[in-house]
Amino acid sequence: MSTESRTPPAPAPVPSPAPDAEDGAATELVRVEDLTVGFGRGRRRVEAVRGVSFTVRRGEIVAVVGESGSGKSVTARTLVGLAGDGADVRAATLAFDGADLRRLDARRLRALRGRRIGFVLQDALGSLDPLRKVGAEVAEPLREHRTVPPAQVRDEVERLLDAAGVPDPRTRAAQYPHQLSGGLRQRALIASALAARPDLLIADEPTTALDATVQQQILRLLRARAREGTAVLLISHDLGVVGELADRIHVMKDGRFVEEGPAARILTAPRHPYTRALVAAVPGEEIRAAPAPGPELLRADGLVKRYRLPGRPGLTAVDGVSLTVRAGETLGVVGESGSGKTTVGRILMDLVAPDEGRVVFDGRTWGERTRAERRAARRRVQMIHQYPLGSFDPRYTARQLIEEPLRAARVPRAERADRVAELLGHVGLDPGVLDRRARDLSGGQRQRLAIARALAPRPDVVVCDEPVSALDASVQAQVLDVLAGVQERLGVAYVFISHDLGVVRRLSHRVAVMKDGRIVEEGTAEEIFHTPRHPYTTALLAAVPQPRRAARKRL
Amino acid sequence: MTRPRIGLWLGLAVLAVLAAMAAFPGLFTGVDPDAANVNALLRPPGGGHWLGTDQNGRDLYARIVYGARPSLLIGAGAVALALVGGTLVGVAAAQLGRVADQIISRLLDVVLSVPGLLLVFLVVAVLGPGSSTATIGLAVVSLPGFARVARAEVISLRGRAYVEAAYGFGWSRPQVVLRHVLPNALGPVLALATVSLGAMIVASSSLSFVGLGPRPPTAEWGAMLAGSREFLALAWWPAAFPGAAITLAVLAITTVGRHLQRTVDGSTV
Repeated sequence: MSTESRTPPAPAPVPSPAPDAEDGAATELVRVEDLTVGFGRGRRRVEAVRGVSFTVRRGEIVAVVGESGSGKSVTARTLVGLAGDGADVRAATLAFDGADLRRLDARRLRALRGRRIGFVLQDALGSLDPLRKVGAEVAEPLREHRTVPPAQVRDEVERLLDAAGVPDPRTRAAQYPHQLSGGLRQRALIASALAARPDLLIADEPTTALDATVQQQILRLLRARAREGTAVLLISHDLGVVGELADRIHVMKDGRFVEEGPAARILTAPRHPYTRALVAAVPGEEIRAAPAPGPELLRADGLVKRYRLPGRPGLTAVDGVSLTVRAGETLGVVGESGSGKTTVGRILMDLVAPDEGRVVFDGRTWGERTRAERRAARRRVQMIHQYPLGSFDPRYTARQLIEEPLRAARVPRAERADRVAELLGHVGLDPGVLDRRARDLSGGQRQRLAIARALAPRPDVVVCDEPVSALDASVQAQVLDVLAGVQERLGVAYVFISHDLGVVRRLSHRVAVMKDGRIVEEGTAEEIFHTPRHPYTTALLAAVPQPRRAARKRL
Repeated sequence: MTRPRIGLWLGLAVLAVLAAMAAFPGLFTGVDPDAANVNALLRPPGGGHWLGTDQNGRDLYARIVYGARPSLLIGAGAVALALVGGTLVGVAAAQLGRVADQIISRLLDVVLSVPGLLLVFLVVAVLGPGSSTATIGLAVVSLPGFARVARAEVISLRGRAYVEAAYGFGWSRPQVVLRHVLPNALGPVLALATVSLGAMIVASSSLSFVGLGPRPPTAEWGAMLAGSREFLALAWWPAAFPGAAITLAVLAITTVGRHLQRTVDGSTV
């Protein structure tokens, strides 16, 4: 099979009794049949992977999609002998390029890992040696496997970093991992995984922590490598990312593949109900109709916030931001990490004082109010965090958490139970969670709890700072639905801060696009998404994965 | 996991016995600890006297039992005072603004820069020797440690999202500190208290040893050690048993304290 052909191969019947064609057999790099991975013994045995079969050919990108805990990472790790301590791996076939992986000893596996199989993990900081410069990290596989002559290692390192989208690779190679941003670290890790020109690249959530534009860059790099003949096994929870890149997709749930097939087919005609739910959860192209413009509620005029940094020129996090929030509407604030959007949210809430400019809430600025008035007014502006667990006192149960704002507002004890029940109803939480602590709840439950608590003081505005970024796709969709439903019923306004345009689009009536502390474009959701004027907005929009559109093109 | 567990249980058992001795010494011996007997000076262990007698013919076992209360109470009292005072000072430093923090922190540095024992001597010399002055002196010396831990804890909690959220509910600053900051800061401070209890008991014995603790003839382990010193060539037991009592108490407290500290550290991460 020629490697430049990007037509997705026919769906392999699995377990397939025989390779579908001779050329298929010739280019087949990985063959896994009936793989089961269990942990623990006897009654405590848990099976993370239950009878999974798949193949990966040279030049092909195969994706395994599933939510956290579905067993997708364990599947990938098993291939490189890193399933973990106490893992019990059973399979009918577990072959890499014709060799049985289970027969290889630790030394041979290690050789295979660096030289022929590259492995990229989600947690880049944990995977890079903190005491070694980035360049040395990337150079290691080059020296170890003598990919290039020693004299050329330095140039090759720079070339690899450059190809992985690391700007100014010479400077970056001389830095330590902690001096790099998360996105740069991830790119350095990818460069090091690709250094030895592996036949197979296993990428476990390679872009999850990255901004949309960087994500695009990484995906392009992976695609280019596949075109050159590298086989890619992509592990992700994000059907959006996967749909754009993969030739074939396996959808994994509870340790099994519930559906598998060509990417275009999975995305346009999913058969299994779970796949359908996942596809439905991918942000679509619909836009919320703007409500009748309500009265102005919250207004920011010319906000400026500077931070002093030790030994460096100061950082202007927010540079002249003005915006307006009207009652009952959602203002989306979009921007990449470091664009100042979180700082704006904190200034709006009176958690941070701006260096210049002012915030007018309900007709008066924060500073104009007396201390008591300010406290009372703060209740009407609530917040939902990206990581709700951090916003909950660890000693409190769910009930105490929801009741706290009611106590603070001196709601009589008799009334509190009714209010708590009502709040739980709004966010769709079962009263059974009330006596549990937040750390014992799932991510989705925690965020619902955070929403219920934010609604408890009957706020006019809720600032939502990346409220769904830490959640799995289908849970994301549920939480967004909760937010939309609450808004329709209670008429609360949202300031919805996110780096994820797809998510912002689902909830926002108006959108402000931030870059480097400024708002570069502002308008109705319709205007921003359909007729963007600023080049940065256009670039952001282009970077949003459009799996369905891509799938349609491919069909 | 099994070895540290055994240590923990042994430590707890020793602490329970010591606490019982301090509370109800009469349950452990019927002998009067202060009754001198000129006919039984420096008797070796055995016979009518389990642990022998001291230079005044007093029963060593009874004196160790009755000595538990003053010996442990000074240390415990000093730790309690330092804990409460140190936490207040630390919270004040962390909450009252940069100027207050600078002043308080530098004052704490001054106290910490003076050798501890010297400072205790100073306090006791000014207030006059005795149990309560020894307690106060020791509390003054160990207060800065507690204040520093409390201050650091409060500062690290100050920026937590849940503390910010509490301001958002309209609580005032004292309310937020009482409801969220203090309860969550207390774990490490309490762990420090259990660990320093051992050191305080040794320190209080040292004070008694140099005659700055409870007045004689009160049975106190450090004072008993001091009294035995001149007769060490003749009899080892009047020195060995009070010394063993101090060692055992400190070992037990430290073992339990370390365990508590590990538990707290593990749960806050």
